[in-house]
Amino acid sequence: MTALLLRDIRLAFRATGGFGLALAFFLIVVVLTPFAVGSQTELLSRIASGMLWLGALLACLLSLDRIFALDFEDGSLDLLATAPLPMEGLVAVKALAHWVTTALPLVVVSPLFGLMLSLPSEGFLPLIVSLLLGTPALSMIGAFGAALTVGIRRGGLLLSLLVLPLYVPTLIFGAEMARRGMDGQDYTTPALLLAGLSCGTIALLPFAAAAVLRVNLR
Amino acid sequence: MIPDLGKHALPILTSYGVSLALIGILIWISIWRFNSVRHQLEEIESKVKSRV
Amino acid sequence: MASIWRYANPKVFIDASNKVLPWVWGIAAICLVVGLIWGFFFTPDDFRQGATVKIIFLHVPSALVAINAWLMMLVASLVWLIRRHHVSALAAKAAAPVGVVMTLVALATGALWGQPMWGTWWVWDPRLTSFLILFLFYLGYIALWQALEDDETAADLTSILCLVGSVFAILSRYAVLFWNQGLHQGASLSLDREENINDVFFHPLVITMVGFTMLFLALVLIRTQTEIRTRRIKALMIRERAQEVQA
Repeated sequence: MTALLLRDIRLAFRATGGFGLALAFFLIVVVLTPFAVGSQTELLSRIASGMLWLGALLACLLSLDRIFALDFEDGSLDLLATAPLPMEGLVAVKALAHWVTTALPLVVVSPLFGLMLSLPSEGFLPLIVSLLLGTPALSMIGAFGAALTVGIRRGGLLLSLLVLPLYVPTLIFGAEMARRGMDGQDYTTPALLLAGLSCGTIALLPFAAAAVLRVNLR
Repeated sequence: MIPDLGKHALPILTSYGVSLALIGILIWISIWRFNSVRHQLEEIESKVKSRV
Repeated sequence: MASIWRYANPKVFIDASNKVLPWVWGIAAICLVVGLIWGFFFTPDDFRQGATVKIIFLHVPSALVAINAWLMMLVASLVWLIRRHHVSALAAKAAAPVGVVMTLVALATGALWGQPMWGTWWVWDPRLTSFLILFLFYLGYIALWQALEDDETAADLTSILCLVGSVFAILSRYAVLFWNQGLHQGASLSLDREENINDVFFHPLVITMVGFTMLFLALVLIRTQTEIRTRRIKALMIRERAQEVQA
């Protein structure tokens, strides 16, 4: 399992892996925001946490189809399926690799982007914590979506259509937590709900994703 | 016979119109496909049978 | 008593559904005509909503069917995954477009009702938002069916999507409730009119609800037959081609 994880992470860092693409996309969303809504500081600081969450979510979405597609095309997914590692474990490791290579960098740079959108200083900690709690769910749900569409050529758009509605609860709790933190309110409740959501998806979705992968590899 | 809908005539009539149109289209498409597919199948089945 | 699984046989299903279809169509037509005419022509204006209360006879039944169509798809998907009856998977496929149209009707009539009543076409009210999310789920489900070529794979994948989607739809429902309460406390834009509804409106409403449900049933039955026949045509074509190759 560790070997698979390391392999996936190493592949992602190579040029073809698309590492950094999500970060660049996140940056572009942040840069485009003031053009779209205007550059007044007070307006930006009000929508900063929401925009950062939305940007992170879309950046996550962008790299989802890579989770299984490359391995599916060159046949290594078939090999992995026959390996002693159970399919559920394979899916979980793949999702973890996606989280480490895509979501974690987003979390790390989010304070910097928060500065660019003039996020109030008390909003930084809740934003980072909410992203840390929420992005595992995004990666896991995304892995499920990627497993669903792995057999479809040009499935990128379909993948977004399938995954985005599933992202709704995570986005609501995450953005709500970041917003409450920014406004100086208590954010324990959304934090707990968000953590619960992440735990629930990590515990249950690998089974669904593994079932889907088995169907696709049949 | 038309009831007095007062100032709300437009939204009411539009909602009835839109809903009935949508449902009507759905029913029409469903029945049309039902019939065309049934005829297609009958044709093919008779062809298969005549060969045997 | 004959087992319900008898109807998993496509031939039996088609024969049996053809037997009940005239009745279902008949009840649907009678209920819809009676209910809608009663609702449109012979109900008084509500003291608060005025004449717009007449929209309820389209809005509530379509919303009812929109939600229950997904429920029916969930049950059909479970039956497919557990017992692998093709008719079940095809019934789920057949129900989805009906559900989409009903969701659209509910959203459209809701917007048209909201315009004069709330002064806006759209409010991010929990109920409206949940319905919009349900609409997105339907779209994703149908898109997945269309994207996959192999029937069995498509049935499997869409069934699992339906299961996972159901869990997330419920989660979204409560998340949306949480989110909206967080935004504006005590907003009174509740659509819960069932509890204070007057008998004058209640009777035609029940009739239209029965009508819409029967209409849904009739549509699902004929659409499922269409799907069964489409698949049979496909199978026959493949066999034909195989024979040609042999000859």
